[in-house]
Amino acid sequence: MSDVAHAHGHDDHGHHAHPTGFMRWLTTTNHKDIGSLYLIFALIMLFAAGAMALMIRAELFKPGLQLVHPDFFNQLTTMHGLIMIFGVIMPAFSGFANWQVPLMLGAPDMAFPRMNNWAFWILPVAGLLLMASFFLPGGAVAGGWTMYPPLFIQGGISYDLTILAVHIMGLSSIMGSINIITTILNMRAPGLTLMKMPLFVWTWLITAYLLIATMPVLAGAVTMLLTDRNFGTHFFNAAGGGDPVMFQHIFWFFAHPEVYILILPAFGIVSQIIPTFARKPLFGYASMVYATASIAILSFIVWAHHMFTVGMPVAAQLFFMFSTMLIAVPTGVKVFNWVATMWRGSMTFETPMLFAIAFVCLFTIGGFSGLVLAIAPVDIQLHDTYYVVAHFHYVLVSGALFSIFAGVYYWLPKWTGHMYSETLGKWHFWLSVIGMNIVFFPMHFLGLAGMPRRIPDYALQFTEFNQIATVGAFIFGFSQLLFLAIVLKTIKGGAKATSKVWEGAEGLEWTVPSPAPYHTFETAPVIK
Amino acid sequence: MKRMGQGAVLAAAWGASQSAFAEYAYNLQAPASPIAAQVFHLHNLIMLVCLGIFVVVFGAMFYSLIKHRKSVGHQAAHFHENTTIEVIWTVIPFVILMGMAYPAAKVVIAMKDTSNPDMTIKITGYQWKWGYDYLNEGVSFYSNLATPREQIQNAATKGEHYLLEVDEPMVVPVGKRVRLLITANDVLHAWWVPALGAKQDAIPGFIRDAWFEADRIGTYRGQCVELCGKDHGFMPIVVNVVSEADYAAWVEKKKGAAEVAAADDTKTFPLPDLVARGEKVYAASCAACHQANGMGLPGAFPAISGSKIATGPVGAHIDIVLHGKPGTAMAAFGTQLSDADIAAVVTYQRNAWDNKTGDAVQPAQIAAAHADGKGAAAAQ
Amino acid sequence: MSLAQTDKYYLPQPSIWPIVGSLALLLMAVGGTMMMREVPHGGWILLAGFGTLFYMMFGWFGEVVRDSEAGRFNKQVDASYRWSMSWFIFSEVMFFAAFFGALFYTRVLSVPWLAEGDTMQQLWPNFQAAWPTAGPGLSGPEAQFTPMHAWGIPAINTLLLLTSGVTVTWAHWGLKKGVRSQLVWGLAMTVALGLVFLSLQIYEYYHAYTALGLTLGAGVYGATFFMLTGFHGFHVLVGTTMLIVMLGRSMAGHFTADHHFAFEAVSWYWHFVDVVWVLLFLLVYWLI
Ligand code: HEA
Ligand code: HEA
Ligand code: HEC
Ligand code: CUA
Ligand SMILES: [Cu+2]
Repeated sequence: MSDVAHAHGHDDHGHHAHPTGFMRWLTTTNHKDIGSLYLIFALIMLFAAGAMALMIRAELFKPGLQLVHPDFFNQLTTMHGLIMIFGVIMPAFSGFANWQVPLMLGAPDMAFPRMNNWAFWILPVAGLLLMASFFLPGGAVAGGWTMYPPLFIQGGISYDLTILAVHIMGLSSIMGSINIITTILNMRAPGLTLMKMPLFVWTWLITAYLLIATMPVLAGAVTMLLTDRNFGTHFFNAAGGGDPVMFQHIFWFFAHPEVYILILPAFGIVSQIIPTFARKPLFGYASMVYATASIAILSFIVWAHHMFTVGMPVAAQLFFMFSTMLIAVPTGVKVFNWVATMWRGSMTFETPMLFAIAFVCLFTIGGFSGLVLAIAPVDIQLHDTYYVVAHFHYVLVSGALFSIFAGVYYWLPKWTGHMYSETLGKWHFWLSVIGMNIVFFPMHFLGLAGMPRRIPDYALQFTEFNQIATVGAFIFGFSQLLFLAIVLKTIKGGAKATSKVWEGAEGLEWTVPSPAPYHTFETAPVIK
Repeated sequence: MKRMGQGAVLAAAWGASQSAFAEYAYNLQAPASPIAAQVFHLHNLIMLVCLGIFVVVFGAMFYSLIKHRKSVGHQAAHFHENTTIEVIWTVIPFVILMGMAYPAAKVVIAMKDTSNPDMTIKITGYQWKWGYDYLNEGVSFYSNLATPREQIQNAATKGEHYLLEVDEPMVVPVGKRVRLLITANDVLHAWWVPALGAKQDAIPGFIRDAWFEADRIGTYRGQCVELCGKDHGFMPIVVNVVSEADYAAWVEKKKGAAEVAAADDTKTFPLPDLVARGEKVYAASCAACHQANGMGLPGAFPAISGSKIATGPVGAHIDIVLHGKPGTAMAAFGTQLSDADIAAVVTYQRNAWDNKTGDAVQPAQIAAAHADGKGAAAAQ
Repeated sequence: MSLAQTDKYYLPQPSIWPIVGSLALLLMAVGGTMMMREVPHGGWILLAGFGTLFYMMFGWFGEVVRDSEAGRFNKQVDASYRWSMSWFIFSEVMFFAAFFGALFYTRVLSVPWLAEGDTMQQLWPNFQAAWPTAGPGLSGPEAQFTPMHAWGIPAINTLLLLTSGVTVTWAHWGLKKGVRSQLVWGLAMTVALGLVFLSLQIYEYYHAYTALGLTLGAGVYGATFFMLTGFHGFHVLVGTTMLIVMLGRSMAGHFTADHHFAFEAVSWYWHFVDVVWVLLFLLVYWLI
């Protein structure tokens, strides 16, 4: 994208010249540069964490220990989970926010461009700390991405590095979120009221709020782990009056809202794409906004559905069951609104739309399995089995990740000025959808039949479904190389994109040329 | 009117689930306890309702995808809100959810009611085995994975119950309400036997209870389901549900064996006997971490072969085995193994591999160390 | 309503400071871990990290101050700063909430659970739930401690902090009226009160460790006590430092009656620290 950058190298204030080469990326305060950095980082991490997933799947291809030691297997699982969540999905969404929020609001940049740079550039630091631990004595963390003590107290040096990496990623998210919220609240073009904002901006506003509310809580929880490990405190040790389960409460108070952090921007992206390709305005804009807000608010009172088996009092069990089930209502409103948007539209099926449709359908499957898990007695059978793994990959892979693919195809022409290859895009789509279902659908059956998660080896009756899943994983994984190729090819060249790109597109981002110039909206547009 | 319609659908779904027992490969395991059966039906009910909603919603979507496409010349309509319909599709799901919540709540309440047990068993999770204490009968034992290492390493054909077999299964009488007091010794574990519908996390320092009542004689298998470190995948659970008479006989046999074991703690053994016995104990309790070749796993578990502690003064060696090392995976084996077993395993470690001390540690030395070493372990 | 100023938005130039800050965090994390794990030279790396961080802060904040004094921050930028400071303080509230939550959980739930039913009978015979506690399983020096008394230093510290909230407000009035001496004196008093607070807290910790046997390891009481008061103390330290900077800037003639958000941000922060202390005084010291 370097040609984009040099298009408008001029300097308003004239202190000093823009750095070039590598320094340009290290010191940039431009939201588009930073957005690209986030997206590139996420893409690299997708391949790193995906490679770990493929190793997991390869080991699970048949019973017996083939490729890895049990402890290394646990390291793979843990790092796969941590990196996919903190290193892929969250940075990718931040990348979208950086590129799109100012463009959609008619703002020249983010509110705090320097802090924006810092929020990005501490992520590679955290990534380094995490990945480096693979090479330290004892290997990487192997306690699960949920970091439960006392197991997490036992480990060696990489556990401390991971805790600090989590602190740093939290810091990054908080700074990024403060920036996004401030931009949204204070930098909208004149006349662009809150209820006229594109839905993507709304979902990010609410996501940023969730991040600011929960990331510090995670920081608190891992700080307690750190002091229990190194400074002799007894937060999670019953002998000293603490309780290991207390960690779980604090952790899930963060991590349940976190899963909505991983899906609300996805809802936003899909809500931009469907109206474009249905050539019809989004159905129920206001109820979409209210539903998003309700999901966010409810997400603070459902956390213990991850803990139905810890032995809570029956009243708590019932409360968390009911509150969790309630989330299906606003989420349902969203699903219905998307279907109603397509209803009687004039639809075409370019790659972004295909991914968006797959998202609606497959995310709902994940939502339904979530609902099954929300039923406490059923969860007691299914907790910590592959059913849970199936659930969250449906919402995370065919949910979050697919929305990212959809968004990239949708906005790539705006970012690079080139059209991607529609043929290759469709190949990528079909391979992904089919592959994804082959990996994760059989996992429901494995979970029902009683296969625990986080195990490197399993009993014989689980063999067939595991083999199917592994085959699917390799299909899905290697199709992502196609995605990489498409993106690189589009950056390099391709048919010129018009400024509107899509026939049905609406919004300020489509009023600027493609590729979007380095500086846009230096004087605010006026919205009637 | 609408409510009644809802009710009818739910009732039909519940009925259908009764006949859905056949497809076990695609559903929960065949229930062997009343609670497991209730959960089974509850799950079927929820699944059917979800399936119904899925068909309706995506039926509409795919209809639209086919009919309302530009390529067939469909012109886009312009509507973009309709309060009535939006209220309807907020309220209907809510009502459906209430229909699900009611039967679910009933099962929760039944599940959590652990009162009036016929017998109580305390279960303790260890890295990586289960300990069972029958509080009424005074029987105690450990239950280890029985699958040979060769099968796991693919050097031998895998048996039918690969990874789901143990040396000492838990035994309970059929038709009795069994209350479980579940805890852990080191890290979190979770005790689960799917067919019995009982799962409970094992939390060090706390007792959490659960219960089941097996309604059929048979062998039921499960696994530890909370990540507990390296061998989390290798700590299965086997429950033998037997007739009351068989149960009584089993208790008698267990008590006899316990007396024999207790007698060993006061004997003196010659070195070769200690080493032979120690090798077995080592394989069962220590090799998971320190490895059969005594080399440990660098960075995680120290080697015993050539270790300063295992070749230095006996006192320090006995101390770490008895009391463990708090904050690490090295557990206090003084509360798990008999004095004779500890004496044997310490002797074995001091004489195996590169360790050639020639020491023979006797059970009496362990008993003495127990007596004066109390404070050291408890501190921290 | 979003701001419809005709003047341009303020857009800073590329900056070297963030990447310096990232380097600082890397050094701090690596050095800190090495120190905790007793790898040699960790302390030096940590120190280098702190050095880099301070270098970054001087450079970065210096740039911001110069921009501000050069009048580059218009109303629009000012509003951004207000939003961001509010959200930052909200994030701090949530950080403390995690530790207050831990205090609540142990006091109200887990300690009583340890002392009742099967947990008590099977695992911790005869343990009685009472707060403060070092828990049922510790022995040796960690189990014997005297809890901190509310009506000594903590009460004095409460008074100090509440007074400092008043003095900083008084200073603000001075600034708004354009009475620079009132601003400077108000700030100076606030700084002094902050420093006395910190000194007393250091003495309190010293006393806890040497005379009361109250340490970080003293069960969950010790853990919650030191982590809550410690993080609060750290915030007082940061707040005092920021106040000192404001004092310096006030004496150098910075700020005008209607353009002084840096000062206000610090005073918001200071009031927040104040409120946390009042909660601490109530829940940690008094109601035991
Ligand atoms: C993007 C991430 C994401 C999302 C959106 C969700 C959404 C939901 N999740 Fe999921 N969840 C995870 C990520 C996510 N989850 C992860 C990562 C874990 C595992 C963590 C770990 O242990 O490692 C997990 C685990 C998890 C558990 C714990 C399982 C266990 O460990 O035992 C539970 C239990 O209640 C649960 C429930 C739900 C529910 C009810 C929703 C709801 O929000 C879903 C709502 C949606 C729908 C229901 C579909 C659409 C609705 C309609 C079409 C309307 C009509 C419907 C009805 C009336 C039924 N999730
Ligand atoms: C957004 C999050 C996300 C995403 C996208 C994924 C993607 C995938 N996940 Fe996973 N997963 C989690 C989040 C995610 N996961 C979490 C949170 C856990 C729980 C962790 C825990 O228990 O603590 C988990 C756990 C988990 C398990 C359970 C492990 C266990 O319990 O032991 C499995 C098993 O199959 C699995 C598989 C996969 C697969 C096959 C993919 C595929 O989609 C991946 C596709 C692969 C690629 C995209 C990479 C392609 C790579 C190549 C083609 C090789 C070329 C390589 C280079 C050039 C370097 N994941
Ligand atoms: C769960 C894993 C685990 C098991 C099982 C285990 N150990 Fe250990 N052991 C450890 C760890 C970890 C250490 C290192 C502790 C430390 O950091 O000093 C250790 C240390 C030791 C040491 C000291 C070695 C040295 O040189 O520092 C001895 C001796 C020992 N164990 C004996 C045993 C015996 C005997 C058994 C079985 C009865 C056993 N261990 C079972 C994990 C284990
Ligand atoms: Cu024990 Cu997992
Ligand atoms: Cu959740």
